[in-house]
Formats: sequence, structure tokens, C-alpha cells
Amino acid sequence: MNSCSITREPIKVEEIASRVTRPEAGAVALFIGTVRELTGDKRTLYLEYQAYEAMAVKKLEQIRTEIGERWPDAQVVIVHRIGRLEITDIAVAIAVSTPHRDSAYEANRYAIERIKEIVPIWKKEHWEDGEEWIGNQKGTQEYKTGKPEVTEIEN
Amino acid sequence: MKIKVLLFAHLQEEAGKGEVELELQGDTVKELMAVMEKEYRLTRLPQAMIAVNEEFADEETVLKEGDSVAILPPVSGG
Repeated sequence: MNSCSITREPIKVEEIASRVTRPEAGAVALFIGTVRELTGDKRTLYLEYQAYEAMAVKKLEQIRTEIGERWPDAQVVIVHRIGRLEITDIAVAIAVSTPHRDSAYEANRYAIERIKEIVPIWKKEHWEDGEEWIGNQKGTQEYKTGKPEVTEIEN
Repeated sequence: MKIKVLLFAHLQEEAGKGEVELELQGDTVKELMAVMEKEYRLTRLPQAMIAVNEEFADEETVLKEGDSVAILPPVSGG
């Protein structure tokens, strides 16, 4: 089974955590990104996620490789859901297992930050009075070179 | 040469479709972007990232017949 994937089905977090659980690991950090109702004073009714699927899977696998270089003991599974998601639905789940907890937390944080930088997935917020594709959540500048800015997260 | 162009998020809505085939006169991403902006009236293109055959590229990247170019608005996954 591939370690990173895009799905249209509800994400089962226990199944994802179980895929990194192993005798060598003393820690499994599981991050679950959920659909939030309120952003500032805007009330979201539901979200719509779209992906450039083939590339998104490649970029999720790239993040897994980057984590493997920084935390060689880590095992990672990332699943991102696309399509229509309701409030509190799970949009993304990241499971990282390591022998000790520090690196599990660090590697898991690294994964979600990198997803927001390099993985071609977009979300559209639907409100009562409108809708908008959301971009640039990290507040990065224009991509003048056409490439994403590659910033190292300090360990 | 023929280039397949993939569009996402607001760009897809502006163009009315997610995929177009273009007969490109030049051979760089920059020239392709100029054509897309003019023909499909796409907005916020300076903020977009470019991928050629599923790998990030830039404006100077030279294209060849049959390439797939994806125009990627700032991503918002997670």
C-alpha cells in the first residue's frame, strides 16, 4: 500500500496510525486537520478541495523522503481528502512513528508545513454569501520564479 | 508545438475548463503564460507556480512537444 495518497472517502485515522505502528517505535504522532467553521468573522458552510492528483501524490512522497533524510528513524503516512467536506470533517491525516517522542512531533509538524508549501491541493470556502478559492495561507510572497520558496524549518 | 495546459482552482473557473490544448509559437513557459493570460483572461498569474510534467519549473523552462504544463495557484491544502 502506498504511504501517501489522495482520497475522496472519509479518512480513517486509526487505520492510518496503525500503518506506522511497529515494535521499534515508542511514539506515534497523529495530526488531524479538520474543517473549521469560523475563520475570522466568516462562517464556512462547507469546503471543496481540489488536487492535481498525480503531482500531489508525488509531492507527498517527496515530503516523506525529506522526513526520512532529517529523521532517519521515522515512518510516515499522509492521506489528504478532496471533494466536498463538511464542518469537522477530516481533510488531512499525518501519522509519524519514531523510537522517541521528540522526533515524532517534529517530523509531523514538518510534514504539515511542507504540505502547505509544495503540495498542489486547493480549498474553496463556501459561505452563505459567497465562495472563494483560498490561497497563500502561509503568507508567502508572489512566486516570482514560478517555483515555491523552499524554506528550511529549524529543528 | 502542441502543449497541454492544466488549470486549477480559480484559474479553472475563469477558463471554464481544467484542461486546454495550445498550439504554442514560442518554446518557453513565459511565452505560454502570456498566451494563456491573453486568450483566457486569467487573473493572478504572477502568483502562480508552474509545473511541467508534474515537476516544478520556472518561466525560463523550455518546453517540448507534448509537455503538460500545470498552472498552480498558491496552494491551500491541509
